Amino acid sequence: MKARASAGERRDRRDRALRIGLPIVVLALGLAVWELVVLIKDIPPYVLPAPARILRTLVSDWALLSQSLLVTLTTTLEGFLLAAAGGVGLAVLFNQWRFLEYSLYPYAVILQVTPIVAIAPLLLIYLPQHAAVLTCAWIVAFFPVLANTTLGLHSVDRNLTDLFSLYGASRGQVLWRLKLPSALPYILGGLRIAGGLSLIGAVVAEIAAGSAGAGSGLAYRIAESGYRLNIPRMFAALLLLSLAGIVIFYLLSLINYLALRRWHESALAAES
Amino acid sequence: MPPATAFHAAPLVALRGVGKAFPNGIRALAGLDLEVGSGEFVALLGPSGCGKSTALRIVAGLSEPTEGAVEWPHAATPAQRESRIGFVFQEPTLMPWASVFNNVALPLKLKDAGADKAAQRVDAALDRVGLLAFSRAYPRELSGGMRMRVSIARALVTEPQLLLMDEPFAALDEITRFKLNDDLLRMWQTLRTTVIFVTHSVFESVYLSSRVVVMAARPGRVFAELAVDAPYPRGQDFRTSPEYAAFCRRASEALSGAMAAGDEL
Repeated sequence: MKARASAGERRDRRDRALRIGLPIVVLALGLAVWELVVLIKDIPPYVLPAPARILRTLVSDWALLSQSLLVTLTTTLEGFLLAAAGGVGLAVLFNQWRFLEYSLYPYAVILQVTPIVAIAPLLLIYLPQHAAVLTCAWIVAFFPVLANTTLGLHSVDRNLTDLFSLYGASRGQVLWRLKLPSALPYILGGLRIAGGLSLIGAVVAEIAAGSAGAGSGLAYRIAESGYRLNIPRMFAALLLLSLAGIVIFYLLSLINYLALRRWHESALAAES
Repeated sequence: MPPATAFHAAPLVALRGVGKAFPNGIRALAGLDLEVGSGEFVALLGPSGCGKSTALRIVAGLSEPTEGAVEWPHAATPAQRESRIGFVFQEPTLMPWASVFNNVALPLKLKDAGADKAAQRVDAALDRVGLLAFSRAYPRELSGGMRMRVSIARALVTEPQLLLMDEPFAALDEITRFKLNDDLLRMWQTLRTTVIFVTHSVFESVYLSSRVVVMAARPGRVFAELAVDAPYPRGQDFRTSPEYAAFCRRASEALSGAMAAGDEL
């Protein structure tokens, strides 16, 4: 019995090592091939820079790029917070007043299905640049929060609803003690999507605003470096954007796990 | 049909000609008359679909009768009635995000009871079902039987006059069910609360109750009543006695009659 358990443990540990190790091997191989191809074919950096060159650019341009990273991250965070507040807030309002849901929900859908790339230039005409970028990030990110929260607020255990009404719970008590906790896993799922989307929204708006010239975020750097054929810097900025996306995703996953680990199926270990 | 047990006072709750028709046209109940006296343990026994759960929900005020009325001779207002009822569902129906303690404390928190007093009452309720040591655990970490105990503790934490139980032990294994049956009888005797217990088990209904009300289906109505006038406390001796077997046979016959009257199923 004990031997079998430890065999299972060993298998688990090997499995985990493979899950972490294999992607790293793939990455190393890919980079090596890339580096070699650029070296052997003697491709100039303005066509395709080698990975080492990109890293060197990242270091040498760090002052400029870190500044831009900060700008983009700030926009993303602001857009995300607004999306979280707006998505959850609207979903709660819709849940409490049905006529409000009927009146506004279709427009939330329209806002969502219209490509943000097409909306961004218009926003830049009517709003100051910072507000326009923020609005873009918000439009892209708030819908998954709204949709998931709405679903969560409707997914309350019927018997628990009966129990609350049996004890004469007020609307506020039902919302605060029953509906919101029930919806929490859904809300967190929506936020996890919204985190990545608010970065996309911020980037789209920066690119659209690029020609206006006042921007200084990472996406603006990419566009600007493109015009100047500074391809290594384009790659370096792209790398930072990817890293930012990954960090946001894992941060939100961590929050998700910490909030749900005691009770929700999704956050529980296979079996203890 | 006169009630099988005599009361010297007005009943705690009475259903008078209660009928329930759902919007889809199904008549779950028709002309249901039932009086439950203070301190009684009444079992509602019947085939599935006979409306016994619907009757229980109507007593609880979770569902409105479409005909007839529910009378509470001793309670004037709905608020008074609320504070008198505890309800145990078929499933434990616990909040998965809250600890055992907070689940049991819910009825008190919804009524804004003082925190200190509430904590004492929650501990007392958990002690009663033998789960005081688990007050910090989450429902997910408990077995099915323990979850049902938490559910019972929550129903009893307000010290209700009337405890409504809707097939609470149907999903549990027999050993756990017997244990919970005994614990429930013990609590009923110490708390002197009134119980209406819905079940489709003849054996459970006879073992627990002082009166078995057999219901027939389509539409749901009272078919027969059977007084189980064996003394409490009941235990293993009662479960194996010829007296118990005789009661079970009579209840079983009444149930067969009810199913025949509820016709082609």
